[in-house]
Amino acid sequence: MKKTREGFGRALAELGRVNPDVVVLVGDLTDSTMVSFFAEEFPDRFIEMGVAEQNMMTAAAGLSLVGKIPFLSTYGAFATCRCLDQIRVTVCYSDLNVKIGGAHGGISVGPDGATHQAMEEIAILRSMPNMKVIVPCDFHETRKATLAAADIWGPVYIRFGRENVPVVTTPETPFEFGKGLVMRSGGDVAIVACGVMVSEALVATETLAARGIDARVINLHTIKPIDRMLLIAAADECGAIVTAEEHQIHGGLGSAVAEVVVRHCPVPMEFVAVDDRFGQSGTPDELMTAFGLKARDIVAAVERVMRRKTARVLEN
Amino acid sequence: MTPMTRQNPHRLEPDALTRKALEIRRDIITMLVEAKSGHTGGPMGFADVATTLFFHEFVYDPARPKWPDRDMWFFSMGHMTPIHYSCLAEAGFFPRRDLLKFRKLDGHLQGHPSSLDTPGVEVSSGSLGQGLSIAFGAAHGSRMDGHPRRVYALLSDGEQQEGSTWEAAMAAGHYKLDNLCAIIDYNNIQIDGCVEDVMGLAPLGDKYRAFRWHVLEVDGHDIAAVLAALDEARAHKGSPTVILARTVMGQPISFMRDRSEWHGKPPTPEQGEKAMTELGSTLAEWTSRLLTA
Repeated sequence: MKKTREGFGRALAELGRVNPDVVVLVGDLTDSTMVSFFAEEFPDRFIEMGVAEQNMMTAAAGLSLVGKIPFLSTYGAFATCRCLDQIRVTVCYSDLNVKIGGAHGGISVGPDGATHQAMEEIAILRSMPNMKVIVPCDFHETRKATLAAADIWGPVYIRFGRENVPVVTTPETPFEFGKGLVMRSGGDVAIVACGVMVSEALVATETLAARGIDARVINLHTIKPIDRMLLIAAADECGAIVTAEEHQIHGGLGSAVAEVVVRHCPVPMEFVAVDDRFGQSGTPDELMTAFGLKARDIVAAVERVMRRKTARVLEN
Repeated sequence: MTPMTRQNPHRLEPDALTRKALEIRRDIITMLVEAKSGHTGGPMGFADVATTLFFHEFVYDPARPKWPDRDMWFFSMGHMTPIHYSCLAEAGFFPRRDLLKFRKLDGHLQGHPSSLDTPGVEVSSGSLGQGLSIAFGAAHGSRMDGHPRRVYALLSDGEQQEGSTWEAAMAAGHYKLDNLCAIIDYNNIQIDGCVEDVMGLAPLGDKYRAFRWHVLEVDGHDIAAVLAALDEARAHKGSPTVILARTVMGQPISFMRDRSEWHGKPPTPEQGEKAMTELGSTLAEWTSRLLTA
C-alpha cells in the first residue's frame, strides 16, 4: 500500500533534477499534494500561488509561453471545475504546455465529503480539444505518468488520490502514454479499469475464476487519447466488457470505452461507477462500499454482462 | 537584432504615431464594415495607445513572431481584435489584405484572437479576466531566467470586474514583478452602459495601489503622455506598474464617441462611409489600399 500522490511529488523532484525548465505551482496545498519534495530541492522554481486557482491555471499558461514546463498542483476538484474557463480558453484553445496535477481524485478522499471529491473532471476534461487525461493506478504508475507528462507536448491532466492504495505495478512495469496495459489475460470478459479500480478489478478476478469466468483486466491509465486497438481487440476476443472507475457514470472512462466499442465492435457492456450522485463524508473504505465501487460490485457487473453476452449468443 | 540592441523596429515619434493611428482607425472601420460584425467602439478609442505600443514601445521581430528575445503582450480584452490585427498587420506580422477576411471562414483572423491561427498572437483570448494572469506567469518565468523582456497586459475597464483579475493583481504585487506593465483602456463604457453604473470600479488606481502596484494615469489620446508613462513604467523598480489610460470610446467619430451602443456592433456601409469621411478617406480608397498591400 502506498499513496499515489507521493508518486506525483517524487516524480516532480526527479524531473527538477534533469530538466531545468520544470516549474511547480501550488495553491496553498504544498504538503497535502506532496509537491514539498520539489519545493525543498528547487525553491527558485517553486511558486506558491495562494488560494487562487484560476490565477494559478492561467499563470501556468504564461510560464509555458516563456518555455517553462509548469506543473500545477491542487485538488482535482478545484483544478478543473474551478478553472474550467481558464483551461478551455487559455490552456486548451492555445494548446499550451501546462500539466495539471489533480490530487484527491475520486471518492476515496473520505471524510472531507463531496466538495473535495473530484468525480466529474474526467468527463469535463475529456471534452476539451488538445487535453490529455491520465489516471494512473498506483504509486509507481503515478510517478511514471508524471515523468511522461513532461515529455508530452500540450495540456495534460494527471489524476491521483489521497489514500494509500494497493501497489499493483512495479518500477519495471512498462508505462506507455496512450497505451493500455493488460494486467491479466483472459477471454470471457474484459474488465477495463483506471485508478484504484485496477486493483479492485484484479481482486474481482479471483472470485470470478472460482466461478469459472476467465476475466481479462485492462489498466486503461490513459483515457485520452484512448487505446482504440486494445479495446477493439478486447471486445472482439472477449465479447463483453465491464468498465470500472472512481468517477461519475456519465462521461468518464466507461463512456470513453463505450464510444470506441459501439463504433467498432459492439458488445454488451456494464459500468461500475458512481451513479449520478455527489459524494459524502465517510472513511474511504466505507464510501467505496456504499457507492458500489468494490471488487464485489465488479463481480456483480461481470455476471450481468455475461448473462447478456450468453443471451445474445443464444439469439444468434 | 541581438539582446543588446533589442528595441521596437519602428520607434516612431509622436507626430508619426498620430499619422499611424489615423491609418489604423481607417483599417478598423474598413475591416468591420467588410466583416459585418465585430466591436467598433473600444478599438477606435484604444487606437492611440495601441499604436504607441506597437510602433514605439514593444520589442519584436515580425519575421520571427516567436523570436526568443521579444517582449510579450497579451490582449486580455479579446474583442479588441480589430485594433490588435490592424497593428499586427501594419507591423508586418501578416499581409494587410488579410484584414479584409476578418471574421470570415476563409481567413485566419478569428473574431477573438486565436494563437494557433494568427502570427503575433501569443495566446488565445476572448473570455475576460485571464490576460493579467497569463502576463503574470510570463513575467515571472522571464524573471526566473534573467530575461530582459517586458511583459504587457492590455486590459479593459469592464474586465476589472472579473475576480480572477484581482487574483493576478494580488500575485503580481506580492512577487514585485517590475517587468510587468498592465495598461487599462479606461473608457468607462461597457456593454450595458457606463462602468460606474453597471458595477463601479472607482477608485480604480487606489485598488491597484492597495495591491502593491505602481499606478500611473494618463490621457490615452495624448501620445506624448503615453510615451512618458511607458518610460516611467520601464524605469520603475520593485513593483509592477499599471497605466490607467483614460480614453473615449469611439474616438474620434462624432456619432460613436462615448456611446455604449458602439461597444459590440459594426458600422453599416453608410455609417462606415460617414466615419471614413471624418477620418479623411473613403471605404473604396482604403479597401483598395488594403487589397494591394
